[in-house]
Amino acid sequence: MTSAPAILPERGIADRLTAIFWRHPRLLLFVLLTPPLLWLGVVYLGSLLALLLQSFYSIDDFSGVVKEEFTLKTYAELFRAQNLDIILRTLLMSAAVTIGCAIIAFPIAYFAARFARGRWKAVFYLGVMLPLWSSYLVKVYAWKLILAKEGIITWAAEGVGLSMILNAILAIPGIGGNSLSTSPMGTFIVFVYVWLPYMILPMQASLERVPNSMLEASADLGASKAQTFRTVILPLAMPGMIAGSIFTFSLTMGDYIIPQIVGTSARFIGLAVYQLQGTAGNIPLAAAFAVVPIIIMLIYLTIAKRKGAFDAL
Amino acid sequence: MTAAVEFIGVSRHFGPASAPVKAVDGVDLTIAEGSFFAMLGPSGSGKTTCLRLISGFEKPTGGAIRIFGQDVSNVPPNRRNVNTVFQDYALFPHMNVRDNVAYGLMVKGVDRRTREARAEDMLALVKLDGYGDRKPAQLSGGQRQRVALARALVNEPKVLLLDEPLGALDLKLREAMQDELKALQMRLGITFVFVTHDQSEALSMADSLAVFNEGRIAQIGTPAQVYAQPRTRFVADFVGSSNVLSPDVTRAFGGPSKWSSLRPETLRLVPADGLALAGTVTTIRYLGANSRVSVNLLGTEVAALLPAGQTAPEPGATVGLSFDPTALHVMDEA
Repeated sequence: MTSAPAILPERGIADRLTAIFWRHPRLLLFVLLTPPLLWLGVVYLGSLLALLLQSFYSIDDFSGVVKEEFTLKTYAELFRAQNLDIILRTLLMSAAVTIGCAIIAFPIAYFAARFARGRWKAVFYLGVMLPLWSSYLVKVYAWKLILAKEGIITWAAEGVGLSMILNAILAIPGIGGNSLSTSPMGTFIVFVYVWLPYMILPMQASLERVPNSMLEASADLGASKAQTFRTVILPLAMPGMIAGSIFTFSLTMGDYIIPQIVGTSARFIGLAVYQLQGTAGNIPLAAAFAVVPIIIMLIYLTIAKRKGAFDAL
Repeated sequence: MTAAVEFIGVSRHFGPASAPVKAVDGVDLTIAEGSFFAMLGPSGSGKTTCLRLISGFEKPTGGAIRIFGQDVSNVPPNRRNVNTVFQDYALFPHMNVRDNVAYGLMVKGVDRRTREARAEDMLALVKLDGYGDRKPAQLSGGQRQRVALARALVNEPKVLLLDEPLGALDLKLREAMQDELKALQMRLGITFVFVTHDQSEALSMADSLAVFNEGRIAQIGTPAQVYAQPRTRFVADFVGSSNVLSPDVTRAFGGPSKWSSLRPETLRLVPADGLALAGTVTTIRYLGANSRVSVNLLGTEVAALLPAGQTAPEPGATVGLSFDPTALHVMDEA
């Protein structure tokens, strides 16, 4: 038999801390969670509350000074035609971008989750993440050039004789315009490009968790590919799709740069907030505008939950 | 008797043609209608691939597969009237138990009321009445298994395929489920084909079984045939861990100069004095109902089963072995 003791000697501070945390398991949780919770509680939620508070103030029409009295007057202003216009435009664009992203992301995510192995998986991650490494502004300006009247798309369409189609798209009222780079269509394309990775990654993660046997079980029980897609794959991918749509939806609603560079320069919520708190100095209305996306997201998630989008979680 | 499933020289090779991995290699097989057929073998022996060839999740690289006489080589899984109980059950987590069971009818366009009534019937069949509203996650392993079974039976398949159906259950539940599966199969009269690596499971449940080894069938027969008359050393060893005796040892036991098999339960320990068959006890394994005594005899480890109640010899003791000469099974294999 060996002569080793039953209890090993303590090796210093690390062993002592290990012992303390072993005796008080909650202590470790407390130590780990306090700093981030403070950050989240005070800096994050605190500033959000301050914002909410601001939205219940109003601005004096004559002096332009913020009156610190509770009122719903500022919210009422949101319902003015020009402001409603901004909200509706933002909402439609966000919805369109989310759907566009979901349609493009699905096949990519599906391929990555089901078929890509080893090196192909690395290629997938690299391909999806690579655009995120370069500056957002650079990408948006690059798109402006791509979509411009003298840009590569117009040139390529002329080269292969598809100018007709391009012009037909640009002639659609509400979507088209003088050129892609000055049309809502252009804004849409750039939004979809910029936020696509945020849709692909959560979708891929949720598809990855669907075992192959589940798809086989569906086929085994007589389902066609389309039926399997509708009744098994789609519901199981839904939580990931919702997670991705939270990104694409809220990012589009809050963005104020892309609509300034590409598109008709019609205002979106982000741009309105930016201008109201800056040049106009109307902080209460800016705050009220900023609350709109939060409410829209809450409504969206409530509906999604009711429809059973999170049943597979 | 009609053949439910026929394999005619079926192969399934993976990888490049120059250096293929032969998961299934030239298998000929006939499974009779209404039988309870077991595919037995160690992992990687090709048994699961054979099952997947029947369900259509694998395509043969050679040969032909017939289900009730019809060639299914070009028929996708959803059009084959066979259903599978998957090893991991593969229940749909977003549907409740009733919708899971009714799934096969739903995709066929059966109306809601009919298919839900049928699903309830199926749940009653597997003794899960009243569980329809639960989600699979709320069930135990044994209950999930029953749901998987009900879901596979709802389409009234011509052949039911079971992939290691009892592998994930604990011993007690497994034994209860074995009896139940057997009873269910007799009642429904459907051909059951099940894959297992557990030889006792195969022996106790199957009407006939195929022992797989390295992508080929080593032996087909009834459990009694396979157990008592193993054709190869592999079968003898895999099914019931028989003593496989080399030609030299077989001769010492009074047989011909060929490989033979001698079941441990046919050997008796006797006092060593004056017997030709005497050796040294190396290890004793206590198994409850009996003890497995390993004896080194002419350089070969030979195991004998000692019934409980008899005094086991000490390791290192010299013991004699006696047996009924008819128990020695001489194999075809040279």
